[in-house]
Amino acid sequence: MAKTMNFPTYSSEEGKKHARNIVAIWFVVAVIADLIVWFVYGPHMPPGTMTDQARGAQFDIKVVSVMAVPVLLFLWTFGFYAVAKFRGGKDRAEGYYIKGNVKTQAAWYIITASLVLFLAGFGTYELVLPAGAGGGEGPSPIWRPSTNKLLQVQVIAQQWRFTYRWPQFGGMETTSINLPINTEIQFNVTSLDVIHDFWAYQLGVKADANPDSNNVAFAKTLETGRFTVRCDELCGIWHGAMFNYGHVVSQSQFLSWAQSMEAQNASVTKLLPKYATTYTPSYLGAGGGYYPAGDPNGTLN
Amino acid sequence: MPRRGVSLSKGARAGIVLISFAAAIGLILFGIFGYLRSSPDVVTATQSTSQPNTVNLVMQVDGAVGVGAHPNWVGYWVQDANGVWHQTTLVKVPVNTNVHVTVYEYDSGGALRNPEWAKVSGVSGGQVNLNGTEDAIVNPNSPGNGIAHTFVIPGLNVTVPLYGVNGSVKNFCQTGPCNLSEAHTTTSFAFFSGSSVHSYHWQCFVPCGLGYLEGNGGPMQSLGNMAGFFEVVK
Ligand SMILES: [Cu+2]
Ligand SMILES: [Cu+2]
Repeated sequence: MAKTMNFPTYSSEEGKKHARNIVAIWFVVAVIADLIVWFVYGPHMPPGTMTDQARGAQFDIKVVSVMAVPVLLFLWTFGFYAVAKFRGGKDRAEGYYIKGNVKTQAAWYIITASLVLFLAGFGTYELVLPAGAGGGEGPSPIWRPSTNKLLQVQVIAQQWRFTYRWPQFGGMETTSINLPINTEIQFNVTSLDVIHDFWAYQLGVKADANPDSNNVAFAKTLETGRFTVRCDELCGIWHGAMFNYGHVVSQSQFLSWAQSMEAQNASVTKLLPKYATTYTPSYLGAGGGYYPAGDPNGTLN
Repeated sequence: MPRRGVSLSKGARAGIVLISFAAAIGLILFGIFGYLRSSPDVVTATQSTSQPNTVNLVMQVDGAVGVGAHPNWVGYWVQDANGVWHQTTLVKVPVNTNVHVTVYEYDSGGALRNPEWAKVSGVSGGQVNLNGTEDAIVNPNSPGNGIAHTFVIPGLNVTVPLYGVNGSVKNFCQTGPCNLSEAHTTTSFAFFSGSSVHSYHWQCFVPCGLGYLEGNGGPMQSLGNMAGFFEVVK
């Protein structure tokens, strides 16, 4: 008879009791944690609630967190339970030997796999829905807002600053950005040189700025306040300084700002090329103007 | 088993590996610190003798700075209190101070990639004095001249276009430091340094790094040339 190592093991009755305890503790802890995540932390989760896009992103992050937190807590519960209950003691030198269990392992695989698959499906569904419209949909967006009353804001990235063009205000260009509340905004994001990224954090808008491409993103403003615009694509020495602050203001405040800017900028607006969705820098070398695509030296208009 | 010509003990081999590794790291650090140590001079703006809360700053922009590792690159020279020119873009100014700037521009110009930068902003009175005339906007499309560079401190919202010299004039400054007998334009303006101690970056919005990607490499990304800092200090 071969001598075997004799680890103390639980009987199957004892094992089931421990399993029930672990699940019961985990369930209580997970429910409390999920309630806290959804109702207490949830409303403060990034990117906030300033636009429909931001709200959509916040909802998605809340859903993902509520699904993920119980998984983490199950591991922790099991870990702490094992440390407390399965350790060595007076009557035995070693802790208990935990054996594999086909049912438990199968349950773990099935539950976590369905969670991941659900989140993949949920994420895809949310991207196709309006919640993905702040992410930059390229030149021909698959989702468009139902309204035709859109404020057009062109975002022009250049090394190393953003400027904004307003086709509905005489095609003026500004270095600052203000937006009216309760308004559906169409951002037309492009670049005059390398790839930048227009990231209006609190608006839930983040769209790459590519030269010769019009990347369209939508957002509806729902709250007033300040938002941060940051370049989020490494673009050279002053990339880190490529940011500014914008404000969502009342509609009347916006209108008076835009009209005074239009008047102030009239002299420089005359020098700007015709408004277009993309621009090509001149072929003349350094400097030399930016022009509607296909008209690289501005001689056609 | 094949015989080796030289057999080294395990310890000796480990020692050789460790020593060569340390030597390689040392060489890399030496290179990095050597590079980081070489920084252009910092020039402190000169206190005005006639006006309170005012400093004066005299700079020149040259098509070719004439010194350093890249003498052919465009760049700035800044004058210190003793009238000595330093090839740099690092400037120190006090807080809550009017900074009176005079820029002698010796480089040729052209149209702006983004004509938005033709507009003057962030300076006292909203205008700059260009060759004796007050201007709120500098024409980037004037034939022969155009705008050579722009002096922009985004953090203080200061934008000053610098009118170019006609590149075909006889006394065009070929290499810096240039002097006033050579063709130049003179732009003077004042801006307020603000109430906070801060290091503001400044740059040019004419992609003047000829031969680099989109004109924005080389001098555009180098301190002492078209990139710099305004250190606002107590
Ligand atoms: Cu950028
Ligand atoms: Cu320049």
